[in-house]
Parts: sequence; C-alpha cells; structure tokens
Amino acid sequence: MSSPVIAWRAAISLWVNRNRKWILSGPAIAFIVLLLVIPLGYTLYLSFTDAGSSLRASFHFTGLGNYTNVLTDTRRFWPAVYRTVLFTVGAVSVEMLLGAAIALLLRREFRGQGIVRVIILMPLVATPVAVAMLWRLIFEPTIGFANEFLRFFGLPGSEWLSSPSTALPTLMFIDVWQWTPMVALLLLAGLTTVPEEPEEAARVDGANVFQRFWFVTLPLMRSVVFAALILRSVEAFKTFDILYATKGAGGGSMHEAETINIYAYGINFSDNRYGLASAVLVVFFIMVLVLVTLQIVARRRGQ
Amino acid sequence: MKRRSRYAAVSLTAALILSACSSGPSSSSGPSSSSGPSSSSSLSGQTINLSLSHHAWTTSLQTFIGDFTTETGIKVDVNVYDDAQQATLYNVKLNAGSSDIDVLMFRPLQNTQQFTQNGWFADLTKYVNASTDWNWNDFWQSARDSVTVNNKIIGVPLVSETGVLYYRKDLLAETGMPYPKTMDDLKAVVAKIHELHPDIFAFAGRGEVSAAVTQFSSFLYSMGGNWTDGKGNSTINSDAAKAAYKLYGGLIHDYGPPGETDMNWPQVMGLLQQGLVAFYPEASSNYDSAVDPTQSKVADQIGVGPIPAGPAGSKPYNITAMALGISAFSKHKDAAWAFIKWATNQANSLTIQEAGVPGARTSVWNDPKGTSTLAPDLLATIQGNSKIGVGYDRPQVVNVDQARQIVGAPIVAAIQGGDSNAVADQANSDFQALLDGQAK
Repeated sequence: MSSPVIAWRAAISLWVNRNRKWILSGPAIAFIVLLLVIPLGYTLYLSFTDAGSSLRASFHFTGLGNYTNVLTDTRRFWPAVYRTVLFTVGAVSVEMLLGAAIALLLRREFRGQGIVRVIILMPLVATPVAVAMLWRLIFEPTIGFANEFLRFFGLPGSEWLSSPSTALPTLMFIDVWQWTPMVALLLLAGLTTVPEEPEEAARVDGANVFQRFWFVTLPLMRSVVFAALILRSVEAFKTFDILYATKGAGGGSMHEAETINIYAYGINFSDNRYGLASAVLVVFFIMVLVLVTLQIVARRRGQ
Repeated sequence: MKRRSRYAAVSLTAALILSACSSGPSSSSGPSSSSGPSSSSSLSGQTINLSLSHHAWTTSLQTFIGDFTTETGIKVDVNVYDDAQQATLYNVKLNAGSSDIDVLMFRPLQNTQQFTQNGWFADLTKYVNASTDWNWNDFWQSARDSVTVNNKIIGVPLVSETGVLYYRKDLLAETGMPYPKTMDDLKAVVAKIHELHPDIFAFAGRGEVSAAVTQFSSFLYSMGGNWTDGKGNSTINSDAAKAAYKLYGGLIHDYGPPGETDMNWPQVMGLLQQGLVAFYPEASSNYDSAVDPTQSKVADQIGVGPIPAGPAGSKPYNITAMALGISAFSKHKDAAWAFIKWATNQANSLTIQEAGVPGARTSVWNDPKGTSTLAPDLLATIQGNSKIGVGYDRPQVVNVDQARQIVGAPIVAAIQGGDSNAVADQANSDFQALLDGQAK
C-alpha cells in the first residue's frame, strides 16, 4: 500500500529519469544560451540598424545598409582584412615551423631538459598586455634596448613598432615570441603518442631524417598538428590585446596595425557607431567560421 | 563521430571568437528621478562612487579627500582611470544606464556635446542656484560657458590648461639668440641648435594622430587657420591650415626623434627628461613632469614661454581641461553634489592650486597664495595666454574622437615628409562629411 507521498516521489524520480539528459545538460545549455546565443543574436539584430551615439537613443532598421557600407569600404575595412590575413598567415606559419622544430628537439631525453622546457614556456605564462608594454619599451626607437643593442654592434636601428612600415612585422614577431611555446607544447604532446616502430622501420629502409619526419612522423601526428593550427589561426585572427596595448584604438596614426578586430573596437567605442561595428563583427564571425570549415575540410581530405 | 567532432570544432570556434562579438551592454534601467537639493544631514551614511581621471588635480585632491567624509559623513569610493580606460568605462556604464557612477570627471571639450546628446549628465542648475555661498560666478566666464549647454549647467570646471612652449634654457643661451617671438624665429633657433648639437632633437612634439591635434591647435590658430568657419564648413584645407600642418609636422620631420607618429605626451616628455629635446609645445598642466628632479636630468634647465606668433599673432589654446559632473543615472545625486561643492569650494580650490594645478576660480588667481607656487615664467605665460587664448583646442563636434582622427591625418603626413596638402584636401572632405552628418 503506497502512500500518496511515495507515489509522488516515484513520479518525480521517473520524470527525472526519463529527462535526465536534459536535466544534466541543462546548466550547460543555459550557459550557452545566455552567454553565446543571446549576445550573438543581439549583435546580429544591431547590425541591421543605425544604432549609434547611445544605445538608449532610438534607432531604426536600415536593412543591409551597414553591410553595404562595410563591404564597399576600401579605405578602412578591406585594408584591415588584408592586415588580419597577413598577420595570421605570417605569424602562424612561423609559429608552426618553430614549434615543430622545438618539439622535435625536446622529444629526446637530455640533461637539463626540465630547465630548458621551463625557459621555453615562460612567454606563454606572461600576460599579453604586460608583454606588449614590455616590448614597447624594448622597441622605443631612441632609448629602447633593441636599438641600443644593434648600435653596440654597429648596426643601424629601426623604428620597430612606431613606423607604419615596420609596425605589423614587429607585432608578428611579438606574437611568434609569445605563442610558439604553446604550439611546441601541443606538438610535443602529439609526438609522445607517436609509436617509435614505424620510424625505426623507415630508418632501416634508409630514409634520412627529413624523409622520416615528413613521411612517417608527421602523418602520424596529423590530428594534433591540425588542432594546433586551428587553435592558433583562430586566436591569431582575432588578436586584440597586444595590438591594442601597443598601438591603441585605430591601430596607429596611419591605421598601420588596424586589424578587423581593432577596427570594430574603434568604430564601436571611439565613433559610437554600434550598428556598423556589429555588421563588421558579423562579417568577421562568418570569416572565422569559413576559416575553420576550410581547415576541417582539408583535414578530412587528408585523412 | 566525425560529424560530431566537426560540430564540436565549430561550436568551440564560436566560443573562441565570441569575445570579439559583443557590442556593448544591452540592459537598461531608467534614470532615477532627480529631486532638488536636500539638507546634508540626511545624506550622512550614503556612499558615492567617484570616477576620476588620472590627473594632477586628482593626485592633489586625494591627499585630503578624507576630510570630506569627516565633515559630512558621506563615504566616497574613489576610482582613478587613465583616459582611454575612462572613455570606455563611460561608454559601457552610461550606455547601460548603470547607477554605478555618481560623480564623473570629464573633459568638457571632448564629452560635453556627446554626453548631453545621450542624456548622460544630470542637470546641476538647481544645485548651483541653491548654493549661493559657494559662488558660481567666481569661476571664469569661459570656464562656465564650457560646461553650460542650452542654459543648463552640466558640470563644474576644475582645471585650466593652455598651450605653451617648453624649452632648454642652456641650449637657447648657447645660440646667443633671444626666445623666439615669431614662427620664423623659432625655425631659425631650432636650426641653430640642430647645427650645434646634431644628437639632440631640436624640436619634438606629439605625433600620434589623435594626441597631436590639441597641441597643433595653437599653431593652427597662430597661422590664421581654424577647424571650421563657424557655419558648419570645414576649413582644414585652407592655405593657412595647410601652412600650419607643414610648419608643425615639418619641424618634427626635420628635427624630431624617430617614431614620432606613435608618440603622445608621455613619450615626448620622457625624451625631454633625458635631456634629448630642445623645444617642445605642450600643455601647461604637464609642467610638473618637465621639472621633476626625480625624473628629469635637466629639471633646472627647463623654461616655459608663449607660442611664437604666426601671421595671426600668438594664438594659443586656453581651455577648461577638466570638470566634475553627476551621472543622470546616479541614485545619490544630492550626496554627489555635496561632494562636488566641497571639492570645488574656494578653500579647496586654493589648496589644489597651491599644489601646482592651475584652477578656474578668479579669486584663487587673485590670491598671492594661489600663484606663489607657480614658476615665474609659467605664471607669466599662463596669464599672458588668458588674454589672447582660444577657448577650444580641438574641433567642436559631437564625436570628437572621430574628428581628431580625421583632422590629425595631415599632421602625420607632414611628420613623415609626405604630401600634407593632398592629405589635408582629403581630410577636409572627410571632416565635411562628419559635420554634415551631425547637422542632420
């Protein structure tokens, strides 16, 4: 004879059991909706309006006007796209090459490898804004360490971050300095999962060190390489902190370091054109999705 | 499995770039209804949040800010921000109608029009009218004008600032020439110093596109130019303006340090302190940095003089650089006013001016105590400029940030030795578009 309370409890536990997948994933779903879907949706909504000056001011629906403005803007938007792509491709390719080289060096056991690993990982734990400030001091053209160092060896100094022609390459260098360790770390993790036998077999067959790496080791760690590549590309594509901390909003006096992200920040926070900034960000979002999709497709083709 | 991993990758990516995809806040809470001034006894125990700027005025006030709580029982929560941080903070907080900020320190020439248009300022007229003993009319007329919009008072002036020329007395003496009275004299003196000391930057100045605009303004006015004709038409490609761009940018190009287009005042001041700069046009309010013996190798050799005369005479900017206002969304407006009134009363204005921060109260300038701590050449230049100065140092539009980026472009071109005339023509049409858009 079950009491109503017990029956009620049984009903609840039955319901919980039946819906456990929703109940268990509920917090995660709520988190994604609140922090991802709603802001994204709101950004998309703003991108079709002429929201500006104050978000509390009234704004009107302008259809695709912002998108037309953005995609036909050859003075600020397309140069920013070009710089973003240049920065990403330049920095990430160097990071992948250097990262792979460091990972291969660290793969073998050697004395003092703990210290070497710690030193190599140091840039990774530094805060990007602090790093940017530090490099800004090092690269100061008149009294900075970099030019003092070059002059000591009788070499001419450079304007580094402060010249429109050398700012972006210098920023790529900073990005490489900061993020190569992470790539090396990921590839090293991948290398440790690669069995030794295929490589030894190749060595017996007379393959040299490059052939062994290219035809045997690399294909075996393809998934890790792709993971590192996707992660770094997306991160580099949307780099903000070092650019903003060294060159400020606008990316310098000639917009020499203005990537899409910095451009969007500028029109949003300096110009207060929220509609236009949202359109830039939506276009940017689509670009990143395309980038990732291409990489995933390439990866599946490779497999 | 593969499909799932692709979704995972895509959603991971979405998460990664979302940090770049937020367009400011969207929440809103209505402004609290403004009540009239109330007696201070009922305010005891309240806490007000102050958003102050990183400025010498703030540093001086902080040395005795505790007295306010002792006198009134109102607690203060002080936050100090640098320019860029504060601009972003106001943008986010005030856009969201957040009541977090009660008292806001702002730049009248940069923020007044925009904040007023957005409804971010509380109207202080009632409070000012009710505070007869505090003497609003003691503030300079031009300072009062800079914080009055459509006959509504939206702030209280704190700091006056004017364009001056910093120079090295020892290097000038070496040339045997007098202090430059005209722009041509300036060119001659600078060339002579460069000849004697090729390793010293005979003329340096702000070169970063937006930062340079304010100091360049003194050169623009002195050459007979201006941003607009006062009727909504841009005049930055007039012959006078083009000559000013060429003069200011050209001097920096010929004699300035490398990397000038990246320099705001802290960078140029750093070089001056290292003894590497001979002439440098900068705001009077940065005098302390130039003569601080703990930071400057040449502290005892720094002199200050007026901007040399161009075809239009010597026309430096002379402005109200800082003011205190109350956020329209503050829930403690009465307590916030009590603080502003206290911080800007005659006695405290005198204390702050004695610490070397030039204020905007007539009585303090007339009091020997208020001027005794200022260096004689600085005092003479400030007093001279107050008679001939122009009351704004940047274009007077709603969106000053955007305007500065536009009108600064020819400065950068001239510094780089480019065709600043062509850039000025392009900038003129950009600036005209901005003015037209604003007039709509």
